[in-house]
Amino acid sequence: MSSTALRTFSLGGVHPPGRKAPAAGLAIEALPAPSEYVVPLLQHCGAPAAPLVKKGEVVAEGQCIGRVDKGLGASVHSPCAGKVTGLVRTPNPILGLVPAVAIEPDPEAAAFAPLPEDWEAMEACDILGRIKEAGVVGMGGAGFPTHIKLCPPPDLKVDTFIANGVECESYLAADHRLMLERTADVVQGVRILRKVLGVERALIGVEANKPDAIAALLAAVEAAGEGGRISVQPLAVKYPQGSEKQLISALTGRNVPAGGLPAHVGCVVQNVGTCCAVYEAVALGRPCYERVVTVAGAGVARAANLRCRVGTSLRYLVEYLGGATDEAASCVLGGPMMGLAVQNLDYRVTKATSGVLLLTAAETGTGDFGPCIRCGRCLDACPMGLEPRDISIYAERGRYADTPRFGLWDCFECGSCAYVCPAKRPLVQFIRASKLRLRCRG
Amino acid sequence: MAEKLWRVSMSPHLRDGTSTSNIMWTVFCALLPQLALSAWVFGPRVLLLAGVSIGSAMLAEWAVRRAMGRDNTLADGSAALTGLLLAYVLPPGVPLDLPFWGAVFSVCIAKQLFGGLGFNFFNPALMGRAFLAVGFPVAMTTAWIMPQFPGFLSSLAAPDAVATATPLYVLKHAGLVEFLREFGNQRGWASLILGFRPGCIGETSPVLLLAGGLYLMYRRIITWHVPASMLASVALLAWVFGPEGWLTGPVLPHLFSGGLFLGAFFMATDYVTSPSRPRAKLIFGAGCGAITVLIRLKGGYPEGVCYAILLMNCISPVLDDWIRPRRFAPPLQCAPGKKP
Repeated sequence: MSSTALRTFSLGGVHPPGRKAPAAGLAIEALPAPSEYVVPLLQHCGAPAAPLVKKGEVVAEGQCIGRVDKGLGASVHSPCAGKVTGLVRTPNPILGLVPAVAIEPDPEAAAFAPLPEDWEAMEACDILGRIKEAGVVGMGGAGFPTHIKLCPPPDLKVDTFIANGVECESYLAADHRLMLERTADVVQGVRILRKVLGVERALIGVEANKPDAIAALLAAVEAAGEGGRISVQPLAVKYPQGSEKQLISALTGRNVPAGGLPAHVGCVVQNVGTCCAVYEAVALGRPCYERVVTVAGAGVARAANLRCRVGTSLRYLVEYLGGATDEAASCVLGGPMMGLAVQNLDYRVTKATSGVLLLTAAETGTGDFGPCIRCGRCLDACPMGLEPRDISIYAERGRYADTPRFGLWDCFECGSCAYVCPAKRPLVQFIRASKLRLRCRG
Repeated sequence: MAEKLWRVSMSPHLRDGTSTSNIMWTVFCALLPQLALSAWVFGPRVLLLAGVSIGSAMLAEWAVRRAMGRDNTLADGSAALTGLLLAYVLPPGVPLDLPFWGAVFSVCIAKQLFGGLGFNFFNPALMGRAFLAVGFPVAMTTAWIMPQFPGFLSSLAAPDAVATATPLYVLKHAGLVEFLREFGNQRGWASLILGFRPGCIGETSPVLLLAGGLYLMYRRIITWHVPASMLASVALLAWVFGPEGWLTGPVLPHLFSGGLFLGAFFMATDYVTSPSRPRAKLIFGAGCGAITVLIRLKGGYPEGVCYAILLMNCISPVLDDWIRPRRFAPPLQCAPGKKP
């Protein structure tokens, strides 16, 4: 099949430089245990978990140390066996200072012993319970609690499960490596999730720049005897294909209505990393306290895909790789298009940290922005068909109330508009400012 | 050792290489072949006119921004481009003070008083020309120069009879028969298409302007919509409303002998003063073409491209408001909870 025939989403999109090398070619390596973990009790949207441990308490690896009883949230587990040194606060790039549990690992203690379970004999609701117990969240970056996403409103009929192996952000290769090195586990995860949702059809979307992952998945699907029921779909390379709505559009041709859920078009999407975590949680009884993080960018001495545990400090992680170079200018958590720049390395790896990028000024581009020249590139780039240009012009003058008619609330801040803007206008910043102002006004 | 200071900024942390100044200077360069041709056939004084025009536009931009207490924007290239485009719509024989006054008007009145780059309603260079046409009508309508052809190309020279009139002037005031007598032979058509004929500094060579326009399309700076619909609408309407009756009009003279290629590829495609969506661009271009033909056939001037584009500039914001991007999906009908 020629590359022009590959499917992709219909509207907008951009082609930022991939810069996947060298991380894409580096096998996942385990990060040695640090001398201290600080595990945030709030790692994503929702309520913070209530701590279940006290200072001085001895915890086992994988022991639940924080729980959310009501509403949106996910349980938090200890990344190591050791002693709780205190209940502290740790910074989160979006949420500010959040409560956290500091744990000193005990190198003598026994490692986590898996509790294998035959999931194929389990009921869907029991599987869901195990996923919830394990505190699995979306590993793609947003960290939305998985068990909630797996329970769409009962009046909506879901017929398709989609595993998101797109990884359209530049630099990142964590999902790519996971699909290569833990292919069978990913496919098992897909099978488990399909059972939870009670759907027949499962699609795995992977961009065509990862042919090795596509081949590996195809082989693993065959080996699992799912040849006809799990379909591995190569997609044309275009950002932001990894966005839920764009991926559904690319794979099924269905467009999620504005303000709607994927379930409104019969789909549920989970990242391949999440599928792997679900497999570990359900089949091995292992809670979610470890993930693969891509560390890359010209500002780091050595790029790597590190298997590291939640609560590891960025400082430790960067120093393990030889430290930041003198040219390193910014540190971004996540991908370069949607990730968050942090002001120091005191932040902690969370379940949602897909990448730590140390970028030089030459990589990010700097400089002031100019007036909008109305070239219309942002209108062509927007995958949602919105008008970032007009939002920015009104927001620049403080007229936030005029911005919603240009699609403010449908924007998911993928950054395609700001990427193409020749005047270098910080369009996403204007959009976020408008949302914030309008929300505060109530 | 002091802690490293990390730069924080809002996502995205990657930016495309294209910049405003990059676009402006690319358009500037795409126009230069035509200037070289004009300097060759109309004499080096053309370069002086262009230099005065560009220099005064940049000086005016610098001075007016300074006077208004705003930052210096010379580097974005828009003032230089306005200066060059203004020189392109002047006859080659005008006195040197005309480009100066025109550029000052273009930059100070038509551009900066409206808020500077990005906020002007009208194409600044064409406003400068409109201003000069009102203020200096004689020079603006008579200062044509007969091209002087160096060496072997002299065989392409048009007859001496049009030494002081543009082809469109001949077409309008002497009629199609006279136009065809002077330009209708093979040599005449070659002159018209290659650019060896009297006319404004920057409008004479459809071939070079088309090449520049295609280059801009290749670089994805402009799209095909405005030029194609403007050329098509001029061709169609000139053919339909012929002097001898319906469907008899001369299409080629209208396409090749005026400022249509300059207007269609470099003036009507100006980002700020033209709409952004493809359908709106098609309407905009068609409107430019229609008004051009209206002025050429019924108006007092032999050429109508300048005023056609200026008039369509007026409704560009309306077109932009009317034709909006198609949204990814319609809103959910019975939304469970409306967003704030």
